[in-house]
Amino acid sequence: MQDTLKIGEKELDSRLFVGTGKYSSDTLIPEIIKKSGAQVITVALRRIDFESQTDNILNHIPKEVQLLPNTSGARNAQEAIRIARLARAAGCGNWIKIEVISDNKYLLPDGYETIKATEVLAAEGFVVLPYISPDLMVAKKLVEAGAAAVMPLGAPIGTNRGLKTKELIRILIDEIPLPIIVDAGIGKPSDACEAMEMGAAACLLNTAIASANDPVMMAEAFGKAVSAGRSAYLAGLGTTHEYAQASSPLTGFLNE
Amino acid sequence: MSFYNEYLTYKDFNFDAFFEKVTDNQVRSIINKDKLNILDFLALLSPTAEKHLEEMAQKAHRLTVQHFGKTILLYTPIYVSNYCTNQCLYCGFNATNKIPRKQLIIDEVEAEAKAIAATGLKHILLLTGEAKKIASVDYIQTCVEVLKKYFTSIGIEIYALEQEEYARLIKAGVDLLTIYQETYNEELYDAIHIKGPKKDYRFRLDAPERACKASMRSVNIGALLGLDEWRREAFFTGLHANYLQNHYADTEISVSLPRMRSHEGDFQPRCIVSDKNMVQMMLALRLFMPRAGITISTRETARFRDNIIRLGVTKMSAGSSTIVGGHTQQKKSTGQFDISDERNVQQMREAILQLGYQPVFKDWQTL
Repeated sequence: MQDTLKIGEKELDSRLFVGTGKYSSDTLIPEIIKKSGAQVITVALRRIDFESQTDNILNHIPKEVQLLPNTSGARNAQEAIRIARLARAAGCGNWIKIEVISDNKYLLPDGYETIKATEVLAAEGFVVLPYISPDLMVAKKLVEAGAAAVMPLGAPIGTNRGLKTKELIRILIDEIPLPIIVDAGIGKPSDACEAMEMGAAACLLNTAIASANDPVMMAEAFGKAVSAGRSAYLAGLGTTHEYAQASSPLTGFLNE
Repeated sequence: MSFYNEYLTYKDFNFDAFFEKVTDNQVRSIINKDKLNILDFLALLSPTAEKHLEEMAQKAHRLTVQHFGKTILLYTPIYVSNYCTNQCLYCGFNATNKIPRKQLIIDEVEAEAKAIAATGLKHILLLTGEAKKIASVDYIQTCVEVLKKYFTSIGIEIYALEQEEYARLIKAGVDLLTIYQETYNEELYDAIHIKGPKKDYRFRLDAPERACKASMRSVNIGALLGLDEWRREAFFTGLHANYLQNHYADTEISVSLPRMRSHEGDFQPRCIVSDKNMVQMMLALRLFMPRAGITISTRETARFRDNIIRLGVTKMSAGSSTIVGGHTQQKKSTGQFDISDERNVQQMREAILQLGYQPVFKDWQTL
């Protein structure tokens, strides 16, 4: 069965998006992409050293991989918009992950500013993927603002704590007519698998891979977990029961 | 609102009595906590905690990799003026020191910027002495406008400014303020700052907060280690950093650990801060503020710097000169202090890679 994820005009076979931060060397990136099967990679514009011969991260990203520049460092809508425009002008394409954070303690995203930036950038033709706390009302407004997907956090960014916001993400999956991509907080492949089983469209993660002892092997593990979770979702999970099912049900006599 | 009020709460705190009561078990349980309070932080600065440096280091390493990855951001200072009206006993630029004074003209700033940019660095820190009539805010703004052509992040380490002046320089392209309180000990501060505008303890203490109010992106604070008993200085630095982060969540707060170096003049440090003390301070800070940047400059030796890369440091200077025009001028003047790690940017890059870390040249984009 053909199962692709459509974002903007792009059809993706892989539902794992990866990041580029925190590696001991950017030379790991091609291996991470290969082993995980990821087709989308996010990179902070602030980190791209366009002029460097040796340390330009873009040189390590294969051409066929979709670049998803992000607005890391933006503290309000205006800064996010400027970063997005700089990224497009620098040749990074028209996809943008909006990350507006004005809280350096917990790194939680600012929903209101994110909505404002999404509205402006979507109108300018960007494929906008906003990063948010899983808030249904914010997500609904992002749909109206023209977002291409919604990216709720599973736990605060970089914490590896797993799907702490599971119930709220489930509501977004049920109610929002856009792909829901779980971004941030995923610590283990089993967390990613669980998100996919719930019906998330994809998972984006970085720290869990980058901080592993063997990032390449961990990238492969995440690729498999996301794919397994997706298959389970498509296969339709059996319902779970609190008690064993009685072989002689209470209403059996009605069939006699 | 001012950090001064918080400072007063602990100013007469009996540190020695507190340290005497800290037990090994207490230190172990603090190391295992997710979130430390200010007294937990103080306990990690105690003599008792010295016995637990390895456990602290393991946790600090994990937290740093989790929040910053295996990366070290590189920057270098650019000294544009050493005129100074202050008499700070510990500083080579002290107005009474008979050293040649120099202020770069804008063309010279540009030449210096070009020479530094050729090393690949993108983060620059502009430094001056304190002579507001000579190295004026206008002059600094002009320098920033030139530096913007060559660097993507511009920091300033200059005399304390008013909030509006910070706002003006932010608008011109500055994203980082570095300002050291030198010592948090108010009486000692008064004694070692003999003359000049810097003598005003409160104006200096509130400078980082004025920059936060002006919406500075990053603010980096510190105490000049050696002036007073280091455990107290480390505690007040952490208290100050925590205060700023709690009140100004949209500013990134980071801490420098500058240890006194030899300099022009004959002032001797009151307290010798050993490598072990430096490490304890850094680990305690990392456990207390897992997301705060920690900066170590070329004041430290190459050997020490290489060894602390895995312990919590996130930012290092490289290829530094503390001389005005040190990268281009033929006639060398006197530096602010002597540097220890004399490796150039390429050597530093290689050393970091060798240690399994990524040297980062760019982590901000001027907007």
